[in-house]
Amino acid sequence: MAKKKASKISKPSLPTLAKTPTGISGFDAITQGGLPRGRPTLVCGGPGCGKTLFGVEFLVRGIEQFDEPAVFVAFEETADDLTKNVASLGYDLKKLAADKKLVVDFVHLDPGDIEEAGGYTLDGLFVRLDLAVRSVKAKRIVIDTLEVLLGSLNDASAVRAELQRLFRWLKERNLTAVITAERGDGALTKHGLEEYVSDCVILLEQRVDDLMATRRLRVVKYRGSSHGANEYPFLIDEHGFSVLPMTSVLLDYKVSTERASTGIADLDVMLGGKGYFRTSTILVSGGAGTGKSSIAASMVNAACSRGEKAIIFALEESPSQIVRNMRSVGIDLDKWVKKGLLLIRATRPSFYGLEMHLLTMHKEIAAFEPRLVVLDPISSLMNAGSSRDVKAMMVRLFDSLKLRQITGVMTYLTTAGKMEETEAGISSLIDTWLEVRDVELNGERTRALYVIKSRGMSHSNQVREFLLGTDGVRLLQVYAGPQGVLTGSARITQDNRLAAEAQLRDAEAKRTENLLRRKEAALRAQIAALEAQFESEAEAARFELTEVARQVEREQAESAAAAERRSSGLATVGGSRRGGRR
Amino acid sequence: MATKKKPTKARKTARTSGAWPVAGEERWELRLYVAGQTPRCVEAFSHLRRICDEHLEGRYSIEVIDLLKNPTLAAGDQIIAIPTLVRKLPRPMKKIIGDLSNTERVLVGLNLKARAS
Repeated sequence: MAKKKASKISKPSLPTLAKTPTGISGFDAITQGGLPRGRPTLVCGGPGCGKTLFGVEFLVRGIEQFDEPAVFVAFEETADDLTKNVASLGYDLKKLAADKKLVVDFVHLDPGDIEEAGGYTLDGLFVRLDLAVRSVKAKRIVIDTLEVLLGSLNDASAVRAELQRLFRWLKERNLTAVITAERGDGALTKHGLEEYVSDCVILLEQRVDDLMATRRLRVVKYRGSSHGANEYPFLIDEHGFSVLPMTSVLLDYKVSTERASTGIADLDVMLGGKGYFRTSTILVSGGAGTGKSSIAASMVNAACSRGEKAIIFALEESPSQIVRNMRSVGIDLDKWVKKGLLLIRATRPSFYGLEMHLLTMHKEIAAFEPRLVVLDPISSLMNAGSSRDVKAMMVRLFDSLKLRQITGVMTYLTTAGKMEETEAGISSLIDTWLEVRDVELNGERTRALYVIKSRGMSHSNQVREFLLGTDGVRLLQVYAGPQGVLTGSARITQDNRLAAEAQLRDAEAKRTENLLRRKEAALRAQIAALEAQFESEAEAARFELTEVARQVEREQAESAAAAERRSSGLATVGGSRRGGRR
Repeated sequence: MATKKKPTKARKTARTSGAWPVAGEERWELRLYVAGQTPRCVEAFSHLRRICDEHLEGRYSIEVIDLLKNPTLAAGDQIIAIPTLVRKLPRPMKKIIGDLSNTERVLVGLNLKARAS
């Protein structure tokens, strides 16, 4: 019911706030479209947090992606300095200026050489802005940093009045403006600029936790629009500014019913006979040296064999080390790297903060567009942040993989005792969870693999022995009997024992069979004898019967002869005599 | 700074004409930036004339630049406020903003008077 209502309410198309996309990756997602069109936005933050860069990128992307000419009014840096500073990020301001798309106007204000004698306005600034805006027909403008005015000029009331006029002026010209401001103590800006810019305020911060710096962005307010209210980590690298939205908290990604092979035939069988679901998140957990990475590598190998792209993010080994190690189990990853199907990226978990990791992964993933992503091992990321942060990061990572329809394979190193607690945190995010466990028996260590869970498929509940050989990964049937699960040589012993038992059983059966056969033969003989006896007895009986019949015939013949004789005269006497004699 | 004023005055009495100063004398080149004929701009110009006549008689020139007519000239002297008086010569360049109604501040700004401490 509630759901229906909600959808009804959202249906009539309300006049939504017009927005100007910034083109900054991720930012438009959290603001649902960008900055308010034709209005000023305040971007505040401490020194070195990336305010200027945000502005520059807003303009450059506006020009490049949306063909909106722009003006950059710099109070703090000369045009040359600015051009040089952003050149390292791949922005060529000189070229944009030559193309009449951008005007960089450096407004120099040296408080030392200005004397104030009487009332004034900032018409000079307006004249310059107007000139700049008109010369390129600008739609976007960045003023960096307006507060310099307040810091350099003494007549604060005059300047404030002029600032108000400036914001009106910007709105009248329908300019989408970014005004940067220094962060003040306990206030958003040092000079209270936020009271002039009421439409949209963005706060940038740089924080250092455990020696690791993370940049974060927050939309403090956005009048007339919904926006993500969280703090979003962002990154400044050679490709510019990127914000990492926790986009898909909505859980509305498409799921796939397509299955793909893990590259280990027996494992596919265990997973309902068809392998894993694409876009699912697969966790391979296990102790040290249990072959987690090999399972992941098998899956990569299988994906690349199908012509799909894959990325391995290695957090503990170098790419060449991975290639070498996997070659020892018969998986040639180098081949795929050379073909351009596989990318191996290795970084130390402590090299950046968690967000940085996530962002760099994001960028790599967005650029390479793989169908399979391996993180080996995610447990080492635990060093890079608190477990809550790690979980939050995992959620975001898994979600973003799902959004992009990518299968994620994570390995997780478990250490005795600590396993449950940490894994419990992420287990709910995992679709398919394989566990590789050490089995120590008869002085050897073997590996057993089983499926802890696998959503959406009927999976095997068996424990299988897991074998790493030069020909790859194999799974073997293990024995689960009264002595427990048997693997390794115990399994072989058991094999032999079973074989012996089988032999014994065979012999026994043969003996019984022979016995039966002999019994049958004896019985058959007996039957034959009885039949023979019966035959002879029957013969005798038949003979006797014929004898009796013959006797009767003879007697009848005799009596008939006597009757004949009586009819010739001696009938009575003769007849009676004869009768009497008999 | 105060020492500068005295010889100037001494020379002033020695000179006869109010045209460009003769060789060796300080030449004052002033620019007044305005934006249209606003009362404040007109006022600033008259204040400036008065001050110059009092202190720099015959040795100054004033160039009035209307930014509404020549907006491109605003960037050259980094003009933000209107009106702005720029002392181009003598060096170093000095800027005074405002309607110049505060004569004291104008004189300080033009280095014609020591800053009261």
